[in-house]
This record gives sequence, structure tokens and C-alpha cells, in this order.
Amino acid sequence: MLELDENNLNDRENKIQNAAGRGMYNPQLEHDACGMGFVADIKGRKSRSIIDKGLDVLKNLEHRGAVGADPYTGDGSGVLIQMPDKFIRKIAASKGISLPKEGRYGVGVMFFPQNAVLRRSVETIVEKIVIDENQQFLGWRDVPVNPDVPGEGAKLMQPFIRHCFIGADKRIKTQDEFERKLYLIRRIIDHRIRTELKLDRSKYYVPSFSSKILVYKGMLLAQQLTAYYRDLMDPDMVSAMIMIHLRFSTNTFPTWDLAHPFRMIAHNGEINTLRGNKNWMEARQAVMESPYYGKDLKRMLPIIMEGQSDSATFDSVLELLVMSGRSLPHAMMMMIPEAWSKNDLMDQVRKSFYEYHATMMEPWDGPAAVVFTDGNVIGATLDRNGLRPARYVITKDDLVVLTSEAGTMIVEPGNIKAKGRLQPGRMFLLDLEKGKILDDEEVKKEIINQKPYGKWVEDNMLKFSQLPDPPFTHPIDHETVLQRQKIFGYTKEDVSMVIRPMCINGEEAVGSMGTDAALAVLSENAQPLFRYFKQSFAQVTNPPIDAIREDLVMELTTYLGPEQNLLSETPLHAHRIELNHPLLSNSQLEKLRNITKGHFKSTNIPILFDSTLRHNMRERLEQVCKEAVSAAKEGVSLIILTDRGVDENLAAIPSLLAVSAVHHSLIKTGLRTKTSIIIESGEPREIFHYALLCGYGANAINPYLAYETISDTFRAGYLPEVETYELAKKNFVKAVNKGLVKIFSKMGISTLQSYCGAQIFEAVGLDTEIVNKYFTGTATRVEGLSLEMLEEETVRRHKAAYDILSNPYSLPAGGIYHYRRDGEHHLWNPLTISKLQLSTQRSDYKTFKEYSELINNQNKNHVTIRSLFDLDTSAEIVPIEEVEPASEIVKRFATGAMSFGSISWEAHTSLALAMNKIGGKSNTGEGGEDPKRYIPLESGESLRSAIKQVASGRFGVTANYLVNADELQIKMAQGAKPGEGGQLPGLKVDKIIAKTRFSTPGVTLISPPPHHDIYSIEDLKQLIFDLKNINPKARISVKLVSEVGVGTVAAGVAKAHADHILISGHDGGTGASPIASIQHAGTPWEIGLSETHQILMLNGLRDRVYIAVDGQMKTGRDVVIAALLGAEEFGFATAPLVTQGCILMRKCHLNTCPAGVATQDPELRKRFAGKPEYVINFMFFIAQEVREYMSAIGFRKFNDMIGRTEKVIPQRLHNHWKARGLDLSKLLFKPEPIYPTNPYRTKGQDHGLEYQIDHELIKIAQPALEKGKHIDIAMPVKNTNRTVGAMLSGELAKKYGDQGLPDRTILIEMIGTAGQSFGAFLAKGIELKLTGESNDYTGKGLSGGKLIIKVPDGITYDPAENIIIGNTCLYGATGGEAYINGVAGERFAVRNSGAYAVVEGVGDHGCEYMTGGIVVVLGKTGRNFAAGMSGGIAYVWDPKNQFMKYINKQMVDVETIINENDFYEVKNLIYKHFEYTESKRAKQILDNWDEEKNSFWKVMPGEYKIALQKLEEEKASETSAELQKRSREEIEAEAANG
Amino acid sequence: MGKPTGFKEYKRAKPLVDPIEKRILHYKEFEHNFTREQAKVQGARCMDCGIPFCHGDTGCPVQNYIPEWNDLIYREHWKEALDNLHSTNNFPEFTGRLCPAPCESACVLGINDLPVTIKSIERAIIDRGFEEGWVVPRPPKVLTGKKVAIVGSGPAGLAAAQQLARAGHSVTVFEKNDKPGGLLRYGIPDFKLEKWIIDRRLEQMKAEGVVFKTSTNVGVTFPAEDLLINFDAVILSGGSEKPRDIRIPGRDLKGIYFAMEFLPQQNRVNAGEEIKNQITAKGKNVIIIGGGDTGSDCVGISNRQGAKSITQLEVLPQPPQMRHSSTPWPNWPLMLRTSSSHEEGVNRKWSINTKEFKDNGKREVGALLCNEVKFEDGKFIDLPGTEFELNADLVLIAAGFVHPLHEGLLSQLKNKGLELDGRGNIKASFGDSPDPCKTTLNKVFACGDMRRGQSLIVWAIAEGRKCAEAVHRSLMKVKQKNLAVGTSVKPMSIM
Repeated sequence: MLELDENNLNDRENKIQNAAGRGMYNPQLEHDACGMGFVADIKGRKSRSIIDKGLDVLKNLEHRGAVGADPYTGDGSGVLIQMPDKFIRKIAASKGISLPKEGRYGVGVMFFPQNAVLRRSVETIVEKIVIDENQQFLGWRDVPVNPDVPGEGAKLMQPFIRHCFIGADKRIKTQDEFERKLYLIRRIIDHRIRTELKLDRSKYYVPSFSSKILVYKGMLLAQQLTAYYRDLMDPDMVSAMIMIHLRFSTNTFPTWDLAHPFRMIAHNGEINTLRGNKNWMEARQAVMESPYYGKDLKRMLPIIMEGQSDSATFDSVLELLVMSGRSLPHAMMMMIPEAWSKNDLMDQVRKSFYEYHATMMEPWDGPAAVVFTDGNVIGATLDRNGLRPARYVITKDDLVVLTSEAGTMIVEPGNIKAKGRLQPGRMFLLDLEKGKILDDEEVKKEIINQKPYGKWVEDNMLKFSQLPDPPFTHPIDHETVLQRQKIFGYTKEDVSMVIRPMCINGEEAVGSMGTDAALAVLSENAQPLFRYFKQSFAQVTNPPIDAIREDLVMELTTYLGPEQNLLSETPLHAHRIELNHPLLSNSQLEKLRNITKGHFKSTNIPILFDSTLRHNMRERLEQVCKEAVSAAKEGVSLIILTDRGVDENLAAIPSLLAVSAVHHSLIKTGLRTKTSIIIESGEPREIFHYALLCGYGANAINPYLAYETISDTFRAGYLPEVETYELAKKNFVKAVNKGLVKIFSKMGISTLQSYCGAQIFEAVGLDTEIVNKYFTGTATRVEGLSLEMLEEETVRRHKAAYDILSNPYSLPAGGIYHYRRDGEHHLWNPLTISKLQLSTQRSDYKTFKEYSELINNQNKNHVTIRSLFDLDTSAEIVPIEEVEPASEIVKRFATGAMSFGSISWEAHTSLALAMNKIGGKSNTGEGGEDPKRYIPLESGESLRSAIKQVASGRFGVTANYLVNADELQIKMAQGAKPGEGGQLPGLKVDKIIAKTRFSTPGVTLISPPPHHDIYSIEDLKQLIFDLKNINPKARISVKLVSEVGVGTVAAGVAKAHADHILISGHDGGTGASPIASIQHAGTPWEIGLSETHQILMLNGLRDRVYIAVDGQMKTGRDVVIAALLGAEEFGFATAPLVTQGCILMRKCHLNTCPAGVATQDPELRKRFAGKPEYVINFMFFIAQEVREYMSAIGFRKFNDMIGRTEKVIPQRLHNHWKARGLDLSKLLFKPEPIYPTNPYRTKGQDHGLEYQIDHELIKIAQPALEKGKHIDIAMPVKNTNRTVGAMLSGELAKKYGDQGLPDRTILIEMIGTAGQSFGAFLAKGIELKLTGESNDYTGKGLSGGKLIIKVPDGITYDPAENIIIGNTCLYGATGGEAYINGVAGERFAVRNSGAYAVVEGVGDHGCEYMTGGIVVVLGKTGRNFAAGMSGGIAYVWDPKNQFMKYINKQMVDVETIINENDFYEVKNLIYKHFEYTESKRAKQILDNWDEEKNSFWKVMPGEYKIALQKLEEEKASETSAELQKRSREEIEAEAANG
Repeated sequence: MGKPTGFKEYKRAKPLVDPIEKRILHYKEFEHNFTREQAKVQGARCMDCGIPFCHGDTGCPVQNYIPEWNDLIYREHWKEALDNLHSTNNFPEFTGRLCPAPCESACVLGINDLPVTIKSIERAIIDRGFEEGWVVPRPPKVLTGKKVAIVGSGPAGLAAAQQLARAGHSVTVFEKNDKPGGLLRYGIPDFKLEKWIIDRRLEQMKAEGVVFKTSTNVGVTFPAEDLLINFDAVILSGGSEKPRDIRIPGRDLKGIYFAMEFLPQQNRVNAGEEIKNQITAKGKNVIIIGGGDTGSDCVGISNRQGAKSITQLEVLPQPPQMRHSSTPWPNWPLMLRTSSSHEEGVNRKWSINTKEFKDNGKREVGALLCNEVKFEDGKFIDLPGTEFELNADLVLIAAGFVHPLHEGLLSQLKNKGLELDGRGNIKASFGDSPDPCKTTLNKVFACGDMRRGQSLIVWAIAEGRKCAEAVHRSLMKVKQKNLAVGTSVKPMSIM
């Protein structure tokens, strides 16, 4: 039996390892998110009931976890409790072990291999080390488990679990000392076992090893935990606290050890900066010293082991900090500091604490809710952004329950003392020994005053202004600028399209449409090394940040000079040079070069090599690294890598290569934290270059040639918009800084400090040697350029700069952004465009074939990866008549998501009409849809888009919109600008666009970078569930963008029950996007698609979802390649637009499209010449071409072709000077599934809708739905009832559209704690009243309905001071009313465009991006209120006059109310609030109205005010015209009568 | 770039031309240059297309960076515009006056509006360049010591010469006529291009080191073999000079001339030369056979000489007024083109085939016997019953050119191994070929109409530049591939 299992296990592991080695799967890319929390007795009284409560809570969080292909295999769950002495003593005794007294023994919970022999050798090591470390080894105990409980996958992987008992040596004085010893022992054991037995964490793992705490966890569902671990049911199992966790892993093969809790934490979220944090820890540990461990410290290294998850890594470092003497909250504050530098509300002492600690460690950045404990205290904290939910309740009988959502434990209303939530950056702590709760203020006050941090910083930190002026500064050398620009590969475009706009606006230039130029490795031209890298970005598992609207969390400050010992605190730690941003001016650089102040020492290391000698670049690079290492050893604290001095022979090593190579050599030698890397280079010019340099370890950059270019450009009169060169340069630096913040915010990273060295990039086309050696840890899946070729590329560029044939007066054209015949090759070019237009307009397949030949045959100029794929035609040809007909194939086609707004009405409807006619699908894009398009035309044709997109802006996402769809597409990212939001400037928002987007003409519309209801995978699961509820018939699609790890994310998405996953290539189009995003973010779809298909196959999830792909799809061959790589549906956007007249003008963002396609200008729209027939022709031509290929490679049925990568033969470009190294075999790997699956969708998802209480609601409400009769319903509700009301609203909207039913037709009263998304998309005519509380996303997408949440009777706490609904409530509401009798969490009414709401307090970021509606806040607001708010009005009651500190005034005006109408409006709403909820706060205000009315602020965007005035005026003039007309008619009528 | 909304705000405008009654009194240019303000406004109409079709494969043969200099003119950076223009085109003063401007027919604005006046802006730039003294000799910094002979001094030969001289080679241009310029000097009427414009460019070239050997007819008065012995490379750029004849009865009558017998004489007279027995249209009924540009030039000269009547015959049917659907944007459109010479007065007839030249009794032509034809399946079919006669005192044949002259130069080189292609042009490849312009004869290159067949001036310049690049690379023994850095198939862009 056991043997068989092992065979299975080995088989499984082989499959996984194969997939990882030869295919696209990478175990390092796994993500997780979860439900978590704790239950504790404040007074520290241990009891069985605490554990029972915790286990119940865990079960009530089940919906936050996930299962994979096997419904009985969970991603993991577990609990952490205090050491239950009685129980342990009992079980030890049963083994004949007598334990010392409590606190003097420890229990190790150990996961061992099943193999008895192997296990024994592990145990021997454990025993030996315990004894070697002078502690008593007391014995073993097999932990009794029921091996049949886990699902199949988990069963296979289950460890042999043993407890190990260790007694404290008598020399150990305190329990803390014993804990430290146990920690040391465990770490030594870990290393011995890993090095000697080579066991990885799946074979050997220690969940806990402590005298204070005990962990039970595994790859189990919440329900299974107690059934598996019999211990947990033991009556003697007692604790004063229990930490719980339930895991949702995107990863496909969760393992037992990755379940939480870890030894100190349980975590919900993700650490985005992990790679950098790991690198920095590796560097730091070399210089660590601890009085507690002395020489033993070295034996514990490395602190972080490869292969750990982000949470496990975090736990390891936290443990180290605590074990070496810091208190747990102190260590948490170091690792997850709150946003401090821009917080005007924070006191100076606290700021100094953070500033001091920032010199020691970069933040571990990412969305995180962490619960932590050391056995004595238990607490929780949120990261600076506060993107994970955590609600708590404190009872009068001293119980605290804190969990990811409210309602996981029922508490009698009368027993509630307080209800609250964790807030961004805030900590909540229970001291179980002292028996009290400490709030953020109390906890931190003690810690920040431990040492005189402020003084230490004051005395030791150096600022540039304190450094003496340098003796010399490099002047601008106009004579040689051009020559040097050529050496560093500048093009005319770099100057005119990249640098110049930055100098003028202080912002990166905006462009439009996608990129269709060659990948760097395929380009015939010498490319800067930067172009081989692609930015990664957040999607699904963590959210990007809005760096503009939520600037308060962003930080560019870094420090130069050596770091000190992480494990101690001295004034010297603060002796560093403060740098406000990474760009150094020439004079700042000279200050550093000549530094004599303090303990700093600098050196120059030239990164030049002799371009005439072969291999000299490689040699010089090695030398540079050696020089850097020895400099650091000698105490040089500022290493300046410089390429000044290039000449005809001396060329520069690519700056990125030099920086990263030095960075990694210093890490490997343990010297990295002793010194800073400063790069002085002529090469970097665009924002992306700076991001790469920082991301690979540069602490500061002096881009001298970029400065000189600006000066030159200014001197030549090309910057007439700017007054001085200094101003132009300042703007440039500003643009770079803004751009940097934007780039790291895309990954959800807030600070430059954590971005530095974080390596958030993927290499495309660099070979493993370069990457492993110089860019260690970077993903690269397509092998390519070797160091030799890179050298050749550099030398070629260098020689070309001196080529007598090159134009001596100007730079090369470039041709990357705009087509140039002598520039980069583009697939869209004059010939392809004109042939495509001609062929589709004339229905001429022959011309279409000429077009497709130009695209498909890229032998002269390769652009795409797919151009390197040949098709295997060795199979027997299928007669073309036997191939599936084109009319079937076109049903797999969709047009791209282009909003009405980005393209014109004419273009948008033309696409819809065409796709409906052929049974394909068109996509609304994110701009909503005019409801009149839902009604078929008289001809029977339809303008309705089959796919309705749900994007972060939620423009026009009403119940009616959602029910009128065949597919609902959640746009997580967009190929042209993944990780970014968008902005539609007010001047483009005309009446009809405003109407479809539920906004006001002339008012700017902002789409936030993240969906504010998706910060992690389990949130996405919730949104999928919401959408499925409102429209159960629609497929739910999730749009992702290709990047490293997208396959793992897709697996998570499949587990979150999406029906359809779209993988978009990086090259997809856009109506407006920063040019660097168009170029440098994301990867080609070939890579993302094959990763996705492989990982879903490996996991057995492939047959649950459709996979679609898009991104510059142009021909039938593209479709065939995509199908062979694993896609079954296909999207086209640019090409159909070309058939409609688009000529890749790339001016969509300027509203000047001369073809009338991408413009709203009425005059230009008249020029639109497209016809649906052209689109239809295009789709059929593509299908016909597909059929021809199918015939040639031997397929009759399309489905048979999916995933058949063996039909693809990768070409080797032997004659291409640099692409000859390309190896695409990983893309074509076929993994063996671990669970059986088909290679395309054959079965559906189990959405679990059958349990929805809405079925009941619908049944009861039938008379209302059918005849509009009034209906009353009453029902209890609990937190596992999610998305209540959406399905009912869907039914209502289907019948009554946006008009809905009359107010209060359906009255529903509920009691209890509602689950997430309560009242989502509630339609007009429904009033949903909840007595109790509810969770996150209450009233999401409120669509005309009325929502009332009131506190139950019998409470004794003040509702206006306690939380009642969760985060992100009323997100994207388009209409309706909400009355909330308590405080809401963060992000209340974000993107509200029409709802009226009254609430008694809100968290941070209230009313963000709001465009319409009215929000009345009868209480406190959090910070950043009204950020990005461009419409609507908020009234805030502020009797203590504090509100002004909390508001973000970028877009809004704040004034007191003076207008009587406004007073009336506010009072009316408050009155209603009182009427519906009996709110005491409302009553109090109404009772004293004459006084209280003066305590209101009116918050209103200026632009909105103007727009409203304009509308008024228009209405007035219309009315007067109407009156005039009427009076004329009357006169005429009178005259006629007369 | 430019003004994003310029195309919406401004209408297309062309430069002023003198009224017909004034301009036919002389042979001088009558089209005025744009004022600076006009050029700026017209430049603002350029949309800076993501794909500038004007510059791409569908547009300008010399790959002028048209959107870039349109923008520069809009921003009033005239000198930079000139540098930019010169970086792709050696002689904008020729193309800015004479080019039929395929760029404009490919202009994206032309899809649903009137295209940008690219050609006139080009002229404005170069004319101002000369006015301001910005066009100065750019002699090479280093001499290579290599010698290159160029036979033929039309636009192809001149472009090649200038490029090679600037790259440091010693260039000698051989010209059979007494002045360089080829068709530019002798074929193009002065009212389209005054000859001092050529001369000032020649001055610049001489100052850059180009040596002109005029009145030297290689293959006739100078042995072609000597070039092979004395030069490191030879470029043949002698044009396509063999006119297409009309072989019908009466062809040997007096009063029937090829256009290229007629046009140069007037240019020479204008230049102050004396021509005995000049062929003149004065007082005559002139019939021009051939509806192309050369025919149109004959119309213009005939009007100025005082013809009694002028009739231009074309065998093809009359093209439509607007772009024909067979040549959609961005292609060169099939459409009726009315030149300034046509505007000055001519009777244009379409679908006319000439059957016979009739004797006036003095062994001179007195009339033409013609009939109407229809064009079907690539053939012209006579329409019965449509015969008619036209009075004619002077007949000018402007039916195009078939290939270069095979006598002399080519026949001498053929003996050495030079091959011709099927159309009688010199065999050599072009475009992205690894050895563009290289003939079958070692170190001999060919470009312009001599290689391509009759074509546009702008193509001649493009060919000359491409050929110069090929010659340079062969002389410097560098493979194109190894130098292809920064651009894949980069034209030599020395200015």
C-alpha cells in the first residue's frame, strides 16, 4: 500500500519536475491569499471553548479557500495555539515520557517522509543536534491522524507527522532563552537535513518548534482539519488564543508545509517585493551579529531558504528579528512600516522611528493582513495600503474575534463591546499576559520611545545640502553630444518622442495602439539591453496601486552608504546619505565623488572596454565585479560605475549589465550592504531604463547624456514651451520620478527602497548563462542572446556610431514608435494595411492572401515569436471540404474590448453588428453600453455586444447591462498597459458617452488601476460569483495579460470558477497609454498562452475553462498557432479596425482620428467609411485560411487541433546574427496531467449557485416580478450567504430593464450578519433591509435598489463609532439609495456614479473616483477622502473641525453649505436615514438642525460644478428656445385662427 | 508633432502661379514659392501619421522623412528641415519642382480630404536653404584614394557622384553633352526648371571634389575600356534614351520629330546657344502623339513658340476625373491629370490611334489619319467607321523611351561581359538585394533609367544613392550586413 503510494507520489513529482524543467511551470511563482484570523481571551484564560470557537470560525471562512481539480483536496488550513500543557503532559506520559514543568519543555511538530528508513535518518539528526546543543531529548510521539480524510492529491503528499519533546537544560534561565535555543536547534537541524539528506520542504518540514506554541496544519479543507487531527478534539486541548488560517492558492500543487499558520504568522495577501527582500537578506546576513547567538549565528544561515513561499519567507525573517531581541510588534513595524513620510497627521517621534529603521531594512511590500503571535501576545496588522480586510469584535466577556470578515462567530448584540476593523498600517494587539488590548497608539508609543531614534537620525543622517560644493562639475559638451548619443544608441525618436515631452510636461508621453515592431532579440538592429526585459505587473493575486490618487503611500526616498548590523541598534545605523529620488545631478554626483564627510568613501570604476578586442567586454565585466568586491572590502561605501570617456575604441558595457553584475557579485560575497552602487552613464534615457537600473540594484543614477541631450535640444530651440534648460531638466526628472512610481505601483509596490533590487522583470531572449550569472533569479523562458552576442551587439552599435556612411548630422530614425522605412520592421505597414483594406472592402480573398503572406512570412524580418514556428505538414492532407466549415470557425472569434468612448459610435456598432451576424462576439469594452442597443433592429440585426466588460471603472455596469450579455468579462489587465488605470479627459466626454457611463458631459473619468473589489484571488472568486448570480447564463471570463506566472494565476482563476480565461499579448492596442507601457510591459501571447495551457493541463483544470487569446492577431496562421499552443477562442481588434478604415495613425489619444474610428469629434466621425461587411469578410477570410492550414496539417475538427504542440516545429535562425540562440522548446512542452483532463473545455464549473437564498427570494417575489405586485419577505442571513439579492435583481432587470419596478415593490427584511457583496447590483424596486451587519462589497454596483443596514436592538455600543459594513461598499454604484447605520470600512462609495448614501463614518479613501450621486457622512472620514473624485457631491458632518486634514484636495473644492437647496437636500437624506434606521446620530443632528447644519462641509469637484452649470445653461436656453418656438407657434396659430 | 488639429483647421493651398496669358510670353518658371507663412500653415496640416504612407513603400522613393520636416516647418526650424530633407534627397530643388509627388497620392489625409502639399513644402525648404546660404559644399574629411567614373550626368549620376565624393572618393562624371544635367537640362523645359538651378548645385558638387568631363561621349569619343582600366569602379547612369517610335506609313516625311529632338533645342536657345534650323511650332498645326509628361512639355513649348493649333493624342481612354477604383489609396492613382501646360491650351484626344502620316505634297507631313480605338484585354481594337483626319504641320512623337542606347558604350561593354535584361536595360538588381546596382561586369554598377527603364527623377535620385552606397561598400570591402547597425537596409545618408 505504502509502496504504491510512493510510486504514485514519484510519478506525480516526476510530472511536476518535468513540467518545471522542460516546460513553462515554475514553482516559485505560486501565490496565495486566504481567510485568516484569531479568537482570543483577553484575560489570557485558557479554555477548550476558545479552540472550539476558532475551529467554527475556520469553517465559516470555507468559501475563502479553494480546491483544485479534486474537490476534496484543499489548498490548506491550520491552527496555532498556546502550548496545552495538560494535554501534552498526558500524551507524553502515554509514551512514558515525563515532562519538566510548563515552559521548560518544547514540542517540535515535524513533517517527515513516509519512508521509514529515510525518516529514521532524519530523526537521528534531530536527536543528535538536540543533545549536541545541550538540551534533553525526551522522545517521540506519532501524531494520530486519519489518513483517509484528505483528498486524493493531499493524501498522496501527506507527511508522517511526529511530535518531538525537548527538555530545557538547567543552565537555561528563562523561557525566552529556551525559545531562542529551540530556534537555534531547529535552524541547525534544517540545514543539516537539507545539506546532508538533500530533502526539500515537501519531505521534511517543521511547523512549530517551541515551548510556547503548537501548530496543526495541512493540505486540508477546514472541515477536514479536526477529522484529520484527532488531537484537536481532545478535551484537554486548551488555549487562550487560536490563530486560524484557510488557504487559497493559485498554485496548482499546494503542499502540506505551505499551509498557514507558520511559526509566528498567518498571512493574507502577498509580498510583491519578495525577490528583492530575499536578495537583501542574503546580503545582510553576512554582516549580522547577535549577542544572543555569537558564532552560532553563522550556523543558522541562510535565513531564507529557496523554495519557500512569500509568507514562509516573511515568517523566517520575522522570527530572526524577534529571536535576536526585538519585540514582536517592533519587528512587525520594521518589516511592514506604515506610510509615514507624507503623513502630516503622524507625530515626529513615530516618523523618526520609521526613518531610522528605513536605513536598516526596506519594507516588505504588498497587500498584507498579518496575524502574529509569540504565544504571549497576539495581534494583527495591515500593510500601508490596507488592501486586505480584517474585522473584529470585542465582547463584554473579554473575547476578541478577528477575522477576514464579520459574522464568522455569532455574538449576542447585547454582549458586544465594540466592533472594528484593522486600518491601513495600523496594529491591533492583545497582551495575554497583562490581559489587555492595546490599540495602535498604545503599542507603538512604547516602541518608538525605546531609543532616541529622532536624535540619532538628526545627528547622523547626511543630506546633500550638508555636503560641500564640488571642486568640479562636468560641463555640457555640445560639440560631442551627437557623437555620444550615437554611441549609446539614441534615435531621433528618443529625443523627439521620449525626452522632449517629458521636458515639456513633466510627464511621460502618451501614445496609442499596440506595438507591432520586432522583439529585441529578433530585430536586425542593435538594441539597448533594456529592450530585452519586460515589466511584470500585478494581476489578480495582488492589486496595482494608483500612484497618483493614492500618492500618500508612495515613497522615493532612499539612503546611500553602508548599512549596519540588522540585529542591533546604534546611532551609527542612521549614518547614511538621504536621497530624495534616484536621479543625481552632475553636481550631486561630484559631491559624492569627492565626499570627505563622515565615514563615507567613494571610488570610480570605469565600465569601458576595448571594442577592438574580442571578448574584452566579458573580461572587463569580470574585472569590474572584482574591483567592486575589493573596493567594498576595503570599506568603500559608494561605488560609482562610470562610462564617461567613451571614444572611438573604448565602448561602454551596457549599464544595466554592469549594475546587475556588480550588484549580484556583492550579494554573493556578502558585501552588498556595505556599499551603494551609483551608475554614471550616458545610456539610460527613458523611464523604463531607470526602472530597470533600480530594479537590478542601482541606488542612484546620473544620466549625464540625457541631461546633455535636454540641454542640446533646448539650445536648438526644440523646447520653446519651456523657459530655461534648468526647468526642462527639472521637468524631465519629475517625469522620471512619476514614471518610476507608476512602474512600481503597477506591481503593487509602494517604495523605491523595496523596488531596488526587486527584479520585477522578465527577460525575453537572453540566454540562461547571462541571466543566471548577472541577473540571478530573473525569469527567462525563451533562450536567446549569449554574452558574446551581446558584446557583438554593443560593438556593432559602437562602430556604427563612427561609420563614415552614417548621417553625420543626425541620429538614426528609430522607427519603434512610428513606422520608418529604415527603422524597425513593423507588421502593420503601408502594404499590409492597404492590402487588408482592399481585400475586405472588395471581398477579394486573393488580395487577402497577399496580405497574410506579408504578415506570415517574416523570413526577411522576423517580428514575432510565432514567425519562428513552422507547421508539420507530414500528416496526410485532409481534403478541404472535410474540414469544419468556416461558418463554425468564426463563432470562435471575438472583436477586442474597445470602449465606446475610445472608438466612435459608428465603429463600435459596426463591429457589433458584424459579429452578431456571424455568431461571433463583440465586446463593449469598459465604457458601458447604450440600452437601446439591446433591442434588435427592425432588420432583425443587433447592435448589442455579446461580451460585456466589467473593468475597474465599472462605467455603466448596471443590472440591466449585466443581464444583457452572453459573456461577462472581468478585465484584470490590458495588453497595452497592464497594471494601469485610464483616464478619459473631460473634453472627450460628450453627452452620449456621459449617458452610457452614468456621468456628466465634460467631466473627466478615471478608471482606477485595480478593481477595488479584487485585491487577491479570493476576491476575484467573489466577483465571479457576483456576476454569475446576476446573470447565471453568461460565461464569466477573466482577461489576463501574458507575463511570467500568468499560467499560475490562470490556474487560480480556474479554481475561482471562471468559465473563460483570456490571455492577452503585451502588444494589444490602446486608446491612450504611456508609451513605455505599450512597449515594455507584458510578454507576447505565445509565452503566456503556452504557460497557461501547460499549467492548466498539469493541474487537471484545463477542461473546466475556455482559453481565449488575443494581441495583434492578424491571420489564419496566427489562429492555428494559437490553437496548437492551447487556445480555443481568438480575439481580433486592430485588424477589424483596419478594415473599418483605421490606418494606425496612433492618434487615438488626441481625438483626431482622421478615419472617424477612434474619435468623438462629430466632424471627424463623418469621415468614418467602415461597414460591417468588411469585418465579416475579414473573419471569414481568417477562417478560410485556418481551414487551409487545418487541411495541410491534417485536422478535420478545430477542437482536435487544440494543444497539439507536436505539430509545431520551431525554426532555428542559424543565419541571424543574434536570434540564432533562440530556443523555443519550453513553449512546446506537453506536460502529463496529474489529474486527468481534456485539452479543451469539456465540462463546466461548479458555481454552487443552487444554495443561493435568492432562489427562495425569486420564488416568493414572483407576483412582483410578473405583475409588479407588492411583496414582503423576511429571512435570516449569515456570513456564508454571499451576494444576496443579485440573482433577484437579475431577474427583475431582465424583465424591466433600467426602469425597474416602482420604489419598494419588493421589500426584504433580513436579520444577521450578511456575507460579502450583500445587495450587489440591487435593482430598482427592491428594498433590502438588514438588521445586523454585513461584510465587504455591500451594495457593490447598486443599480437603483434601496439598501438599509441597521444595528440590532439591544446593543449598548454607539453605532456611529463602530463598524457595520466592510470595505469597498457601494463600489461602482450607478443608482439607488443606501442608509448605513454605522461606520463603513475603507473605500466607501468608490466609483459611485449615481447612488445616494448616508453613512455614519467611513475609512480611508472614501468617495474615491466618484463621478456622481451624493454621499452624506455623519461622522469621521479616513484619510485621502475624495481622491480622484470628479463628480457627485459629498457632505461631511464635522463638528470638531478635523475633516480638512483628511481630504485630498487635488480635484475637489471644500466649502460650507450656503445654498438653501443644499441644506434641504442634506436634511432630507438624513431624515430618510433616521426613518429607515432609527439612527441616533441622525436624530441628534436633526434635533439640533439649526446648529448642526453649520457643521457640514460640502465637497464638490470644480470641474463637475462647471459642467453642471453648463448643463443648466443649456437646459435654460433649450427651454427658452422651446418657449420661443411655442409662442411663435401660438402666434401663428392665433393668426391662422384669426 | 505638427499641429494635431491642423488638418481640420486649414485647407490645402498650392503656391501661386502666374496667369496663363502672362506666362506663355516667356520661358521662365511661373510657379511661385510658398511664403514662409504659407509653408508653415500647410505643414501644420500634416498629421504625423503612425504609419506615414507618404514615406513608406507606397510613397516617396527616396524615403523622405516627410512628417519630420513638415513638423519642423510648422515649428519654423527651417535649417533643421533642410538638413533632414538633404539626409534622404540630394536635390530637393529638382523634385520640389518636377516630381509628380507619389507621396501626396499616398498621403493619409488624401483618403477623405485633400492631401498635404508635400512637394511645395519641399521646394520651399530648399529654396530658402539656397537663399540663406545654408547649402554649402560639404567636402569629405578624409580621402580614400579610390577613383570612380560615372557615365551620364542626369539625376541618378549626379546623386551617385555627390554621395561618393562626400564619402571621400575621387569622382569623375562623364557627360556627352557640353553641360551636365542630362534630361534635367535638355528635356525639362525652362518654365518648369530654370537651368541656373542645376548650375548652382553643380557648383557645390565641384567644390566637393566632383570632376565633370563634358562633351565626352564614352563609347563614342572615349573608349569605354579605359574606364575599366583607370577607375576602381564605374557607374553607368546614362538614362533611357531610345525613344519609342511610331512605325506607320509616312513616318519618313519631314516635320515628324521625336520630342527629344524638339525640346532640347528650345532649352539651348534659352541658354543662349544658337541653333540652326530650329524645329519650331510657330504658326503650325502641332500634333503631339503621346499623352504623358513629355508630351505635355511639348504642349507648353509649342504654345510659347506660337503654334497655330496644338492637339495631343493618347491611345489610352480618358481616365476618370477622380481616382479610379482600380488604383485605390495609397496607390498612384489612375486619373485625369491636367498639367499647367495643358491649361495653357491644347486639344486633348483620347483613345486615338494614328494610322498614317499624310504627305502635304512636299514630302512633308500635312495630316494624320486616325481612328478611335477601344482597349480590351490588353489590346487596342480599332472602332470601325471612326476614321478622321487631322491637319498637321509639325508632329512630335512623345511615346516614351524603350531602353538605353545600345550603341557605343553598352555595345563596347557587352563585349566585356555586361549583360542586359529582357527589356534592354542593364541587368542589375535593386531594393534589398545584397548587391544592389551591381552589373554582371566586375566593378561596374548601373543605376537610374539605364537600369530601371524610364522613370521619375525621384527614382533616379534614389537609384543614384543606393548605387553609391553599393559602390562605397564594395570599394571599402565591407559587407552590408556587418554594417547594418541602427538600421536594417539603411540608405547611405551622407548629406
